[in-house]
Amino acid sequence: MATTENPETPENPETPENPAAAGAQSDARHAWRLFAIWFVLALAADLVIWFVWKPHLPPGDMSSSARHQQFDIGVLAVTGAPVFIAVVLYFLYAIVVFRARPGDDGDGEPIYGNVKVQASWIIGTSAIVLFLAVFGTIELVGPAGAGAGEGPSPIWSLAGKQTTSWSPGTNDILEVQVIGQQWVWTYRYPQFGGMESSELYLPVNTPVAFHVTSLDVIHSFWAYQLGVKADANPGVDNVAYTTAKALGGFTVRCSELCGIWHGAMFNEGQVVSPTAFQSWASGVQAKEQSDGVLAALPAYALTYDPTVVPQLGKNIVTIDGITGAAGYYYGPGNPVTP
Amino acid sequence: MSVAARAAALIAAFLVVVGVGFFVSVYYIGAATTQLPIVHYSASGGQVNVVLQEDPQNDSATKPDWVSYYTQDPASKQWLHTTLFSVPAGTKVNVTIYGFDGCTPLRNNYFSQVQGTMGGTVTVSQFDQNGKEYVTDDTTSVINSWSDCNVGHTFAIPAMGIYVPVASPNAKLSANNLCSSSPCTTSGNPYAQETFSFMAPSQGGTYRWQCLVPCGGGYLDGNGGPMQTLGFMMGEMDVVS
Repeated sequence: MATTENPETPENPETPENPAAAGAQSDARHAWRLFAIWFVLALAADLVIWFVWKPHLPPGDMSSSARHQQFDIGVLAVTGAPVFIAVVLYFLYAIVVFRARPGDDGDGEPIYGNVKVQASWIIGTSAIVLFLAVFGTIELVGPAGAGAGEGPSPIWSLAGKQTTSWSPGTNDILEVQVIGQQWVWTYRYPQFGGMESSELYLPVNTPVAFHVTSLDVIHSFWAYQLGVKADANPGVDNVAYTTAKALGGFTVRCSELCGIWHGAMFNEGQVVSPTAFQSWASGVQAKEQSDGVLAALPAYALTYDPTVVPQLGKNIVTIDGITGAAGYYYGPGNPVTP
Repeated sequence: MSVAARAAALIAAFLVVVGVGFFVSVYYIGAATTQLPIVHYSASGGQVNVVLQEDPQNDSATKPDWVSYYTQDPASKQWLHTTLFSVPAGTKVNVTIYGFDGCTPLRNNYFSQVQGTMGGTVTVSQFDQNGKEYVTDDTTSVINSWSDCNVGHTFAIPAMGIYVPVASPNAKLSANNLCSSSPCTTSGNPYAQETFSFMAPSQGGTYRWQCLVPCGGGYLDGNGGPMQTLGFMMGEMDVVS
């Protein structure tokens, strides 16, 4: 990168007679040179980001929400990289080209603003921000909340029928309740008799509605490869949607610090074919039916009050007096929440 | 006081503060991590026999009112106040748990279901304080903590998919005559005896185990105190390859 600030070189015929014209010519030359360098670097960076980096970006492409998130991160990176390169490039260019030469003790030129530069910057950044706002909104609405918890009354939901039973080959939404407690996850399937499992199985290419809740403190359900993350709050039904698009395993983690074993609060999930899923779910339901587990579980509900034992019909903090044993139940109010 | 003297005093004070902080850190971290013994179980015929008990209290000086597990040393048969034990990899682990603590309902009654053991069952016997056995070798896959309140605690190794409800002495028949001095003995105390087996992983590693009954009395949600302290209601199983 050549420097051209020397007033004695032929390319810069600045003369005492016309210093303004000479300065403008020099500015234009710097601008075009910067633009050319920036364009090449930005184009190369965007191509690398889109075709090399994006396919490997987390969370992958295992579900509809994960695919959208990967696409979103790619678009953001492609949008941001030229801006980043412009800022860093100008920074480096200024350091190299506009540096003070040995023996130059003079002040810099007074600059009172440049309408073109300022207008370009304001218009450009405004356009980028507005584009991202529109893009983000579309990407939030399109995939029904983008895999995030929408609260108990979701604004956006996946296309599909809400039914009390589920069978493969239909467009029925599979309902899965995610229950967090210190420090394990369990999953209830209301369309399969309310059976509960410590394993999360999902059918591929099927819209799924997760109903996320907690029995004690706040947890956060994070099915990493599915791109689903929703807070698990006690007494709250937090709904999130996704559609698994590929067979295979995925990891479920808690992403809300919830106690000493928070780091170990994870398990593995499986995306299987719809027929394999139905076989698994029906099998678990039948086993829990015959073993008496279904009878031991409370009736399916969107949230649970852990201080009530439905089978006894009593508040379990008083159960000690009923049973005569020295057992106690320590509810959320023990001690009073600080 | 000269500038040099002030500087020296400042440096000395700084070193004292750092030294005290270092000592306190080492003292408490050391106390929390190095005092628990590890009980090593050796295989015989491809099997190991792990023996535990859970009590309503413990014999520690600082937290005697916390519920706690104990682990039996296989050689001396002494009960050690620890929840750390090791088993050889790839062996069949036969576990016996003596339940001396009273019943407590599970927060999620799903864990009344036995999971991850061989056969998906446990075998339970219950005795009253006079040694009368009123449940004998009942092999079951569910111990319902809500309908009859017969679960004291659980033994769960989530990473291995093992969830075992541990029976308590029969609540109505025991009538509050629970063991009051730890480690508890089967003589003169009502208790439940529960056995089950599982296969240790073929590769070495450390597996945390915990109780899923919120039995940390006096702590928020019942999940503090003994529930979050090694040596009480949580522990680690080292699988040695």
